[in-house]
Amino acid sequence: MDLSAINPVLLIASLMVAATPLLLAAIGELVVEKSGVLNLGVEGMMIIGAIAGFAITVESGSPFLGFIASAIAGALLSLLFVLLTQYAQANQVASGLALTLFGLGLSALLGQGYVGVKPPQMGKLDLPVLSDLPVVGPILFSHDPILYFAIALTAGVWAVLKYTRAGLILRAVGENHEAAHALGYKVLKIRIMAIMFGGACAGMGGAYISLIRVPQWTEGMTAGIGWIALALVVFASWKPWRALLGAYLFGGVTVVQLNLQAAGVAIPVEYLAMSPYLITILVLVILSADKSSAPASLGKNFHASR
Amino acid sequence: MIRLEKRPQPSQAWSLATPLVAVLATMIFGGLLFAILGKPPVEAIRTIFWEPLFGEFSFYYRPQLLVKGAPLVLIAIGLSLGFRAGVWNIGAEGQYIMGAIFGAGAGLAFYPMEAVYIFPIMVIAGAFGGWIWAMIPAVLRTRFGTNEILVSLMLVYVAEQFLASVSLGLLKNPEGFGFPGSRNLQSYPSAFNAELIEGSGMHWGVVAAFIAVIFAYVLLRKHMLGFHIRLTGEAPRAAKFAGVNPTRLVLFCLGTSGALAGLAGMFEVSGPAGQISIDFNVGYGFTAIIVAFLGRLHPVGIMLAGGLMALTYIGGEIAQSNLGLPAAAIQVFQGMLLFFLLALDLLTNFRIALRKPEAV
Amino acid sequence: MKLTNLLTSAAVALGLASGAHAADTKVGFVYVGPVGDGGWTYEHDKGRQAVEAHFGDAVETVYVESVPEGPDAERVMTQMALEGADLIFTTSFGYMDPTINVAKKFPNVKFEHATGYKTAENVSVYSARFYEGRAVQGTIAGHMTDSNVIGYIGSYPIPEVIRGINSAYIHAKKVNPDVEFKIVWAYTWFDPAKEADAAKVLIEQGADVILQHTDSTAPQAAAQNAGNVITFGQASDMSEYGPKPRVSSIIDDWAPYYITRTQAVIDGSWATSNTWDGIGAGMVGIGEISSAVPADVKEAALAMKAALADGSYHAFTGPITKQDGSVWLAEGETADDGTLAGMNFYVEGIEGDIPQ
Repeated sequence: MDLSAINPVLLIASLMVAATPLLLAAIGELVVEKSGVLNLGVEGMMIIGAIAGFAITVESGSPFLGFIASAIAGALLSLLFVLLTQYAQANQVASGLALTLFGLGLSALLGQGYVGVKPPQMGKLDLPVLSDLPVVGPILFSHDPILYFAIALTAGVWAVLKYTRAGLILRAVGENHEAAHALGYKVLKIRIMAIMFGGACAGMGGAYISLIRVPQWTEGMTAGIGWIALALVVFASWKPWRALLGAYLFGGVTVVQLNLQAAGVAIPVEYLAMSPYLITILVLVILSADKSSAPASLGKNFHASR
Repeated sequence: MIRLEKRPQPSQAWSLATPLVAVLATMIFGGLLFAILGKPPVEAIRTIFWEPLFGEFSFYYRPQLLVKGAPLVLIAIGLSLGFRAGVWNIGAEGQYIMGAIFGAGAGLAFYPMEAVYIFPIMVIAGAFGGWIWAMIPAVLRTRFGTNEILVSLMLVYVAEQFLASVSLGLLKNPEGFGFPGSRNLQSYPSAFNAELIEGSGMHWGVVAAFIAVIFAYVLLRKHMLGFHIRLTGEAPRAAKFAGVNPTRLVLFCLGTSGALAGLAGMFEVSGPAGQISIDFNVGYGFTAIIVAFLGRLHPVGIMLAGGLMALTYIGGEIAQSNLGLPAAAIQVFQGMLLFFLLALDLLTNFRIALRKPEAV
Repeated sequence: MKLTNLLTSAAVALGLASGAHAADTKVGFVYVGPVGDGGWTYEHDKGRQAVEAHFGDAVETVYVESVPEGPDAERVMTQMALEGADLIFTTSFGYMDPTINVAKKFPNVKFEHATGYKTAENVSVYSARFYEGRAVQGTIAGHMTDSNVIGYIGSYPIPEVIRGINSAYIHAKKVNPDVEFKIVWAYTWFDPAKEADAAKVLIEQGADVILQHTDSTAPQAAAQNAGNVITFGQASDMSEYGPKPRVSSIIDDWAPYYITRTQAVIDGSWATSNTWDGIGAGMVGIGEISSAVPADVKEAALAMKAALADGSYHAFTGPITKQDGSVWLAEGETADDGTLAGMNFYVEGIEGDIPQ
């Protein structure tokens, strides 16, 4: 055992990269759930984003275009969910699961020609002095732009939810859609926009995996990250900054356990891998005392029939 | 403009017609997809829907429909009780895994002894494994008001890790040359959930699924508890006045669905699958949620929906092998089928009217 | 055994009927992953395509991908046999018991199970001596490392993987006595994100050579981003990452075996066998050693490859001591296949325990 082999600075830097796809997907789902909709199709939207971003990047040579395409693809797939749950009044749990199944299949079909292709790389931030600073340099100033974008997005969502009228309306719709409707808010429209935002974020999260974190395309490459993002939203108790913290924690567990293994510490890997979920349950139980956190209309369909 | 109007009563005719319309729509769009992929569309659709039921080798596929459909139906029946009462157990996958681990563990504890009581003990252990796993969200909800959707989902991941752990450790086959996975229960007669009549596909899990369908039907139709379940789901306030004890109802719904999912896992591991392995679970617990909704939460509907899902799995495999369709195309096809079935259910509860909305 | 008779007669009937088809021989493949996984299944499918190319219209091949181990696998195999397959390759360890079950019902159909150990009248097993490739890798790695730290990404702690670790270590140590192995277990065969993380962690902890026993190219990409790190392709050549970080590779080349066995079925000479072939028979390919490797190292590696290929050298030749200090192989003694097949110990010098 040699714990000194672990470099905490590099550990934190790579933990941030591992956390970013989770964070993107979770922030999107957070907004969806705040509007009172539970979309379990995150995994499906992520993988569609992963292939769309990858394909467009390879064809156009521009990772930026790829990321934009991934957001569009995720939002487009989420439109199917909109159609099912918002117009056809189908159950949200079942629709989300169907969306994941569909997304996994479709991405594999679309990706057949892209196995073994190497995508063009996105440049990293390289500031003359700052990036070379010890400790803070690698942690704060030498990542790819999308990582910063994800953090900015977190801040943006937090600010919008907390300080703006739009955020207030979104929360009102999620808390009590009947009342929001009575007040004249367009429940349907607001929810559709939230769901599409969620789809776009999940798509970008997927593209982050296929373009930056791995980077390559292989079928089923999101390997369950979308499901972890769902857990993360709950863990964060629907609060953006906690989602950021949670993403680092969830992403961090893997990185830390691999670090410990490499340093020769004998750890029971399976039990460590369970821990984020057990912690989430614990957080849930603690939160249950605080009724204000979970959107009250979560998972319930709304139809303006009068 | 097009406007939806809620029907005063769900339409009986449409509730029967929509599944057929949905399957038809899937055939058309699925056919288009197959044509785009350069495969003969009619042949592909025929292979998926016709071949397993009436094709040359249907004598083999028909029993397989039972084998593939039974765990789905068994789990979905349990889930539907809760879904009707507004109790959302979406962690059946975890309960399925725990049932399998408990069931197989109980059987292997006796190895190599042969005795008639071993299998019944395994059945009880399997049901207990699923039940106890479902009791965690149940107790947390009744005690602290914690959201059971999320807790039960989290416990799926915990169960998966636990499965990996026992496959590599506790239950690993000592004669397996170090490979992960337990002994094969198929070669341990006392623990083997064999076909009751050879070639029929009927094993105890299939029998249990049929019993569960009848049990649920009677419960919902004739029994006070079933009435309470329906009432709680449809009119929670009225239920309170009718003297429904919500705590007991939550414990009953989650407990039953957990036990049934655990049973499904136990019958699967002791029969068709044979052994505990790292990726023993293949998503029955999640697919069963879809089956429950496709079946409109009605016991008979669930049975039919389970059969339909099994059909697309088996037919899909035949189409892959015979026509060279990629597995992904079958997945997309199944996704379409689910979309249409879910979307068209709209017509049961709503009427589409063409007129201007009245001023609000 | 009514069903058995029924199934057999159906198969026989179809066997006669298929005479009318263009192809006389039908070969089925059951895959555990998608053919687009870029690794394990991808290479098996390349083997299948080689069979098609070799025999042309005389042989028809069918496959089903992403088949879960268990009852689904059993059904897919049965279905292939019913539809008239003469030979079925089942390409995952977890298909072992299903293969044996189905083979019992179809005595006239030949089955070939990859990486297992159960044979029958009509079931052969085949696997590759990947550890020979690991010996070549170890030789290159030992020469090339500057930090003397070699990172190894394992999938699951099973004999196949442990053999590879031991072989690579022994040969790295032989050319560089200061070498040290850092081993992490990913607990997955395929999870690109996790594999990338594992590679990054090893690099951060000082490894400048990464060996992997998982299937994706994620570690290659991680090594490329890190800069001065070398890697080896696994299962596939992964040459798109050459000449550096990927300096060589172990390629699963199933094509020669699949062609030979198909030919045997056509000739009627097929018999049960237990094949464990290495570099010599061409089942384990060593991908081109790239220009990033100095000439003398390349020469040493090729010499090792040649010695393994012609059988003049065994990758496990004594003296070798186990990690616990007990003697495993005496001077000049070579390992027997039984011990290799069930290998569950590290050799002396590797630190840490095999997780249980």
